[in-house]
Amino acid sequence: MAAAPKRPFRWHIGVFLAPALLVYTAIMILPLAGTLQLSLFRNINQSQVFVGLENFRMLFGDPNWSVNFWNALRNNVWFFIIHMLVQNPIGVLLAALLSSPRLRFSAFYRTAIFVPTILSFVIVGFAWKLILSPLWGVAPHMMDLVGLKSLFTPWLGKAQYALTALSLISVWQFVGIPMMLIYAALLSIPEEVIEAAECDGITGMAQFWKIKLPLILPSIGIISILTFVGNFNAFDLIYTAQGALAGPNYSTDILGTFLYRAFFGFQLQVGDPNMGAAIATMMFLIILGGVCVYLFLVQTRLRRYQF
Amino acid sequence: MSTATRSLPRTIGAHAILLTYTAIALFPVILVIMNSFKSRAGIFGAPLTPPTPGTFDLIGYTTVIGQGDFIHYFQNSLVVTVASLFFVLLFGAMAAFALSEYRFRGNSLMGLYLALGIMIPIRLGTVAILQLMVASGLVNTLTALILVYTAQGLPLAVFILSEFMKQVSDDLKNAGRIDGLSEYTIFFRLVLPLVRPSMATVAVFTMIPIWNDLWFPLILAPSEETKTVTLGAQLFLGQFVTNWNAILAALSLAIMPVLILYVIFSRQLIRGITSGAVK
Repeated sequence: MAAAPKRPFRWHIGVFLAPALLVYTAIMILPLAGTLQLSLFRNINQSQVFVGLENFRMLFGDPNWSVNFWNALRNNVWFFIIHMLVQNPIGVLLAALLSSPRLRFSAFYRTAIFVPTILSFVIVGFAWKLILSPLWGVAPHMMDLVGLKSLFTPWLGKAQYALTALSLISVWQFVGIPMMLIYAALLSIPEEVIEAAECDGITGMAQFWKIKLPLILPSIGIISILTFVGNFNAFDLIYTAQGALAGPNYSTDILGTFLYRAFFGFQLQVGDPNMGAAIATMMFLIILGGVCVYLFLVQTRLRRYQF
Repeated sequence: MSTATRSLPRTIGAHAILLTYTAIALFPVILVIMNSFKSRAGIFGAPLTPPTPGTFDLIGYTTVIGQGDFIHYFQNSLVVTVASLFFVLLFGAMAAFALSEYRFRGNSLMGLYLALGIMIPIRLGTVAILQLMVASGLVNTLTALILVYTAQGLPLAVFILSEFMKQVSDDLKNAGRIDGLSEYTIFFRLVLPLVRPSMATVAVFTMIPIWNDLWFPLILAPSEETKTVTLGAQLFLGQFVTNWNAILAALSLAIMPVLILYVIFSRQLIRGITSGAVK
């Protein structure tokens, strides 16, 4: 292909690329850049005035904004920590069990455990809200069956539990994704490696920890960064279950809901596109930072094994 | 595998854990669907039992169908999803073909540029997207949603499809060239049919987030005319907080089409994920 030295301009390459590039640039890249730019302006007397980093100074320093911002950021970090600590280990465990040879019904388990992942946040949020509701009494009733009724409280309604409860609901919904990706990674470990391990007498749990786990570390890295991006961009579940005010008392407010309120305004607060853009810029920087850490620190250190 | 990995207690343990988790995963779904067919007394009296002739009641469904315009929302969702899917697949496959087939200056740079959107969510540009849609008069139209979702789906589609297109044999394409086929014919008649399985994978990946999205319908198209089923369900559920029959029926109506599609396509979806789409 590359051998032909002088060829006429290949129009077809342009034709093939143009539609995708056009839509992608116009709807995604330019608005993203536009949002970053808007965060440096402020609407004064009906016109956009360049104010430098003033919006960010307000976001970090002005108590009207900074209290909510730091609260949302803190909650978002907790949201992410719960996902990393609960979702990914459960995903790895389920995948390890599913990939054990000659396991019967494994297709059924895979299909069933993935069901929550395909449901929309609206369904998930409301269904759990109903289940945890003291009005309906399903959760206390079930806890009564195992003798734990005294531990029940309306988790979603109490400030100290609501965020953790919502994080666990989100974990429940998305556990299928790490499970599937790890399952795929485990299946791609060649038979010879496992057999060699068995010849050396490494079986069962030891085999998993010493042989398989190091081999699937790159997949765990990918899952972690996907979780990171997903969590710092989350909005729907909180909005559905707790509303835009992310109650009780902002205890479940994360960056996504904070952005929504700042941008559109809510109740007495008037919407402010510039502050919205500033929050979106912060989310952009956080996500970009996470992706860079992953690409330059994590991924290069995880050795990939070529089989 | 040798007998060393097969011991009865371990198999039973594995099944016990998997069964428990399957129960946890399915319980809320089954609970909601089961109770949606009950009378109010049945819902509160015995939430954990399936509907009996004594508690069976379709009042929830009649309320939902009488109140909300769900058929219309459903049509909107369908139009948006199908149209976005069509454009993502067509444009994505074309760009993937250009990137994987031809060597030209800026090829890998172009690939990187398009891959940017895999990691950076399009939501972060919402403020400017809304301004753009207001300026072009597309607010409260399905076109706005279709455009946004097409842009959202393209990066991953290009990435996955170009991996697969690299595997299409060069001999086949060159044979086509010798026979005088144009590059367009080679793409549409030779390459596209060969990558159809991977197109299906991309389709499923693209479809689920579009169908389930709440953010963009809420911001770009909240009018009665353009509500999608996800937004419609959200608003409906918000209004009928105290009518449990209606809420459970609405939830079930929202769950069932997705669930049916999933049962039909789950094999395709799971094969797509496990075939190393994200390697």
